[in-house]
Amino acid sequence: MKSFSGFVIKEFKQIYRDKRTLTVLFGMPIIMLVLFGFAIRNEVTNAQIGILDLSKDEVTRTITQKLKASETFEVRAYLQTYEEVEGLFRQGNIKEVVVFEADFQEKLVREGVADVQVITDATDPNLANLVQSYTANIIRDYVRELNENENIQQAGITPQVRMMYNPELRSVNLFVPGLIAVILMLISALMTSISITREKELGNMEILLVSPLKPYHIIVGKVLPYLVLSIVNVITILVLAKFVFQVPFQGSYILFFTEAILFILTALALGVFISTAANNQQTAMMVSLAGLLLPTVLLSGFIFPVSSMPIPLQWISHVIPAKWFLIIVRGIMLKGSEFIFIWKETLILTGITLFFIILSLKKFKVRLQ
Amino acid sequence: MGDPVIQTENLTRKFGDFTAVDNISFDVKKGEIFGFLGANGAGKTTAIRMLTGLLTPTSGTASVSGHDVYTQAESIKKNIGYMSQKFSLYDDLTCEENIRFYGGIYGIPDKELKSKMEEVIESVGLKDVRNKLVRSLPLGWKQKLAFSIAILHNPRIVFLDEPTGGVDPVTRRQFWEKIYEVSNQGITVFVTTHYMDEAEYCDRISIMVDGRIDALGTPDALKQNYDTDSIEDVFIQLARSAERGDG
Repeated sequence: MKSFSGFVIKEFKQIYRDKRTLTVLFGMPIIMLVLFGFAIRNEVTNAQIGILDLSKDEVTRTITQKLKASETFEVRAYLQTYEEVEGLFRQGNIKEVVVFEADFQEKLVREGVADVQVITDATDPNLANLVQSYTANIIRDYVRELNENENIQQAGITPQVRMMYNPELRSVNLFVPGLIAVILMLISALMTSISITREKELGNMEILLVSPLKPYHIIVGKVLPYLVLSIVNVITILVLAKFVFQVPFQGSYILFFTEAILFILTALALGVFISTAANNQQTAMMVSLAGLLLPTVLLSGFIFPVSSMPIPLQWISHVIPAKWFLIIVRGIMLKGSEFIFIWKETLILTGITLFFIILSLKKFKVRLQ
Repeated sequence: MGDPVIQTENLTRKFGDFTAVDNISFDVKKGEIFGFLGANGAGKTTAIRMLTGLLTPTSGTASVSGHDVYTQAESIKKNIGYMSQKFSLYDDLTCEENIRFYGGIYGIPDKELKSKMEEVIESVGLKDVRNKLVRSLPLGWKQKLAFSIAILHNPRIVFLDEPTGGVDPVTRRQFWEKIYEVSNQGITVFVTTHYMDEAEYCDRISIMVDGRIDALGTPDALKQNYDTDSIEDVFIQLARSAERGDG
């Protein structure tokens, strides 16, 4: 036991002395969160649009007014003819043109139907989709208002849409759980694998293996400091998310931290596993980045929804621990899910963790090859 | 000189088709300074790794301090000290911390460790730099410190794998004085080296060529057998027959 505590003390000292790495370790979560929180967002603000109003009556003016009033749009151009539309898109700034047909109000009153054409610049499909649906919403709202005022019963079916758990569709709410996964993966797995392979590279590992230290002493001793660091990072992200980005936290903190520790253990086990295979720090880093970080970012549902991936990629995503962790954390943070709703994901994550712990303990040999 | 503390019989290690160590047999007696010579790639490090329990032999038998290398590696570990070819101290820890760390992993009690620490710092001459990072020390001091740490837990045998590589002649001399001192305390020293003058300091030497031990005996006996007056000549005569290249 004494030899083990000595080993852990040494690990902490080494991490603490390496100021540059330490800065990265604690700075990275903050920088990433600020980046994702402020710069990368799916919601649209100040999209520049043009209006081609061929009717110029009360209704079209009101709708234009409403578009202008919303934060989403900024009306930049008023067109006179259809021919101008394409030239405007070519310039590149205008994302959307709304076209009201001639005699808009008249048709609306007389026939109950009038056409609005929404033309978008789909070079950025996501953005095009978003502005289009925002526009449609604003127009639909107005039409409903109109109907209520004039007591006209509208025929057909009107969908009542409600966005639950994230009504404002704030992307930061979605990113925070993903970021936690990415950062934990990065710090726990990458740092552990580098730190173990460094011992191998410098030759200290031989001395440790010749000593009476048991292999699990070495592994646990290596892993423990990063467990602590990772927990500190999780707290940092949570505090930032809550107070800077007002991300809601609906569920139980205890449940959240238990699940977070489970995921950290997964990442640590992966880190140890990588280090048993890699013989130098560079290999360990490349494998961690390409083999762990990329799938965590791309295949976990962090940015791209798993359900819209091709089927083979969906299968692959099943073995990516971050996918399950994301479901769990989004559930706890945004929906306030209790354990009963996430036990399946937890079980899968536990399984993956145990698998890699056992595998790396087996592979981490006392003897050299 | 007493009972053998290391005994090997036809010890062999293969890596695939390559036989790194080829049927070596020798005994090392208690308190002896046993020199292990050979060109680069002759198989010295592989042999040491088998004796320290780091590698499993392919065939043959070996026991270290009365324990079998196949089955009792854990018991062997408690009885040996090891200074590897690669530098084995932590650069980013201070001298004191390195001593405390290695003392810790060998389970030396606090009280004993404290007095040992003073002893080591005194004998290596680290008083002024005891709280400096090892990174800042000259190589010779690092090597002396690494040696002192390798024998911190009073092992019965200490394995030194090219301990004086890259060290200046004066420091090498001091290093050998230290080896004698340790040997006088009854600790068996198993040392590999490149330097032929160092071979003369050993009680007995063995010369490895292509994984085999081609010569074994006291420096004087070997010189007589090969009819020369320096170990260097013996070595060169033997090394010429080697088929393996350098490295």
